[in-house]
Amino acid sequence: MELDPLLLSRIQFAFVVSFHAIFPVFTIGLASYLALLHGLFYTTRNPAWDRLAALWTKVFAVVFGMGVVSGIVMSFQFGTNWSNYSQATANFIGPLLSYEVITAFFLEAAFLGVLLFGRGKVPQGVHLFAAIMVALGTFISTFWILAANSWMHTPAGFEVVDGVFHITSWAQAIFNPSFPYRLTHMAVASFITGGFVVAGVSAWYLLINRDLQANRKALSMCLWLLLVLTPTQALVGDFHGLNTLEHQPTKLAAMEGNWETMEGAPLLLFALPDRERQENRFELGIPYAASLILTHELEGEVPGIAEAPREEQPPVWIVFWAFRVMVGLGFLMIGVALTGLFLRRGGKVYQSRKFLQTLRLMSITPFIAVLSGWVVTESGRAPWLVYGIMSHAEGVTPSLTGGMALFTLLGYIAVYGVVFYAGTYYLTRVIRYGMQEQEEEKLVDDFETPKRPWSASHTPLDDNLTPEEG
Amino acid sequence: MEMFDLSVVWALIIGFGIMMYVLMDGFDLGLGILFPFAPDEDARDVMMNSVAPIWDGNETWLVLGGAGLLGAFPLVYSVFLPALYIGVFLMLAGLVFRGVAFELRFKSRRNRRNRRLWNRAFSWGSAIAAFAQGAVVGTYIQGFETQNGVYTGGAFDWLTPFTVLTGIGIMIGYALLGTTWLILKSEGYIQAWAYKLTMPLMVAVLVIFAIISIWTPMVNPEIWQRWFGNIRLIWILPALTLLCMFVLFWSVRKRREMLPFLATLGIFLFTYLGLVVSRWPIIVPPDYTIWDAASAPGSQLFLLVGVLFVLPFVLGYTFWSYWVFRGKVRVGEGYH
Repeated sequence: MELDPLLLSRIQFAFVVSFHAIFPVFTIGLASYLALLHGLFYTTRNPAWDRLAALWTKVFAVVFGMGVVSGIVMSFQFGTNWSNYSQATANFIGPLLSYEVITAFFLEAAFLGVLLFGRGKVPQGVHLFAAIMVALGTFISTFWILAANSWMHTPAGFEVVDGVFHITSWAQAIFNPSFPYRLTHMAVASFITGGFVVAGVSAWYLLINRDLQANRKALSMCLWLLLVLTPTQALVGDFHGLNTLEHQPTKLAAMEGNWETMEGAPLLLFALPDRERQENRFELGIPYAASLILTHELEGEVPGIAEAPREEQPPVWIVFWAFRVMVGLGFLMIGVALTGLFLRRGGKVYQSRKFLQTLRLMSITPFIAVLSGWVVTESGRAPWLVYGIMSHAEGVTPSLTGGMALFTLLGYIAVYGVVFYAGTYYLTRVIRYGMQEQEEEKLVDDFETPKRPWSASHTPLDDNLTPEEG
Repeated sequence: MEMFDLSVVWALIIGFGIMMYVLMDGFDLGLGILFPFAPDEDARDVMMNSVAPIWDGNETWLVLGGAGLLGAFPLVYSVFLPALYIGVFLMLAGLVFRGVAFELRFKSRRNRRNRRLWNRAFSWGSAIAAFAQGAVVGTYIQGFETQNGVYTGGAFDWLTPFTVLTGIGIMIGYALLGTTWLILKSEGYIQAWAYKLTMPLMVAVLVIFAIISIWTPMVNPEIWQRWFGNIRLIWILPALTLLCMFVLFWSVRKRREMLPFLATLGIFLFTYLGLVVSRWPIIVPPDYTIWDAASAPGSQLFLLVGVLFVLPFVLGYTFWSYWVFRGKVRVGEGYH
């Protein structure tokens, strides 16, 4: 079989981006949560907030470290596998990625150290300020990355001269048509991710009776947050969908599984899209519902995939099903948040083991939802790198061979496999030994380690917690 | 707008960034290369502790340089990275393993097998990253096969006897930075070990630099032209390099602690400057100058604002962390 460098590069980029995306989507929400905890401790002086802040700062340190490592690799991917794309779009993408890097470093240089190591060493107000600045920094980073990504979907503010993009208006290019929707959708997703992870871990601590006072507070906060945010996200997603309808109708048609442009289109719950036959082999849907949602009219017109020539159609099957996974999980999250509200009466929310177990399991769902959302929007852009202007095939590195792309793909999978295994293993240990004050004091004394991000958590890596002569 | 040349400004910024990177990450990569040969596990603790608080600040310069290149000289990005495809991958993989080893070696205090594993990740990661960086330098001297600004060569064009030599040269050079850094930061038998290693490493560096200096003008006629053409001033730089080597030799014999490291930094600095003036203003050899490789002036300016704002903070932070962690590292003692 001939190895296709284009396909392998796409798989490689999808792998690296997906792997990387897991970490920031969590740290962005978590950073704000940390700032909130520090703020609550500062104003109320209740040590429970401080205990929570201590645990989640450690978690933040580990996840942030993994995000940075995977992000560095990602930034080089543009040059190694998509050199024509880099060359053509560098006038815009280059400064934006650089600004992201600059923000991240500025934040790390100035405030991350204070947040991670300042506990008890700097005045509380300064610690709080550092926490707020770190949270702010994660948002500024998100701003630049999503501006760059949105521009690839809805390019604006440029002219093409000799195959190179030149920016005519930075404001138009950065605040391109889909950017506000994408940024909001992503920011809310980050908060929901943080919310479900904190809720899940707090639920687990409640199940094993550890620091009930602090973890009940944490769980309660998260459930209120999720009660507000999960329906909000549905609304934001709907607006984003309308924006996609306007600017990327083919992608939207693929999300709906709608092949021919029609009025009064049904909302398909289940379908088997078939690109060969340019139709669905089986459909199950709610009549008129898609038209109603998208145009707010029963007989509104919904575009069809077949409007685009076959070679410009995205992989319908992937887009269609990834979209359903995302939306399905979204509704599940709303359901869990509502159940939490219902259980609050009589404080059952802290007692119901079934609900606490559910929350534990739910902590993985936002990650799956975010990744499938990412698949919807990125696969839906295919075959375009810059929508309607530059295709994947035009952007790929010309000198790249299938063998090289395969070699590095396997290499990155191996490298990230090790990092992910070590990181997750370590993270579960931080959580497993977290929230027990005396234990931690002991561990701190045991480990005289240099000042490194992960040193913010003093949990040892070895399974064996009893000393062994080495 | 024509007050100053943005491309020259950017070339200076990126040149400065790369130099900072080589000087600073050089000695901590060097420690990784020396790691397997250390006298004992305590010495390894001291070696790692001496750089643990600062190494990722050092790598900041690599990322800053990489991102800056994409923003200011995209042609470099789109020719170098495809041409060095496999090398770039190896370097990144090496740096990732090394970074994880820094974090997790200290967490594996009690389990010997785990510790050995992270030791190996640290030394192999450092050695591979250093070799890849040396090969990049060699490839830069060698030049790239391009057509209309697109790399047209093969996956392994960069791998020649010449680049293997520069790769090994950088590894030995970094190891020398490592031993002199260790002289500064350690004491007792560990320092004695570092002193003992410095001389043979210096001789090896001298030999390899000499071979590279003879070989370079032979691989590259333009450099030949420049070296033996009109600009005799260039010869000041190798002279200064040799002077630094002499200072290193003298200060090691006199058992000075600070001077050997400074002298080694000098060797790297003047070699680097020598390379730059041999090539200036070519940035993608053999054909493209910094002006050919530049992005649009508007884009360069847009980015310049941010970089000039942040650079003082990064420099200040760098200085501050070196200041905080100054002094000797002792066995069984970490920083807090």
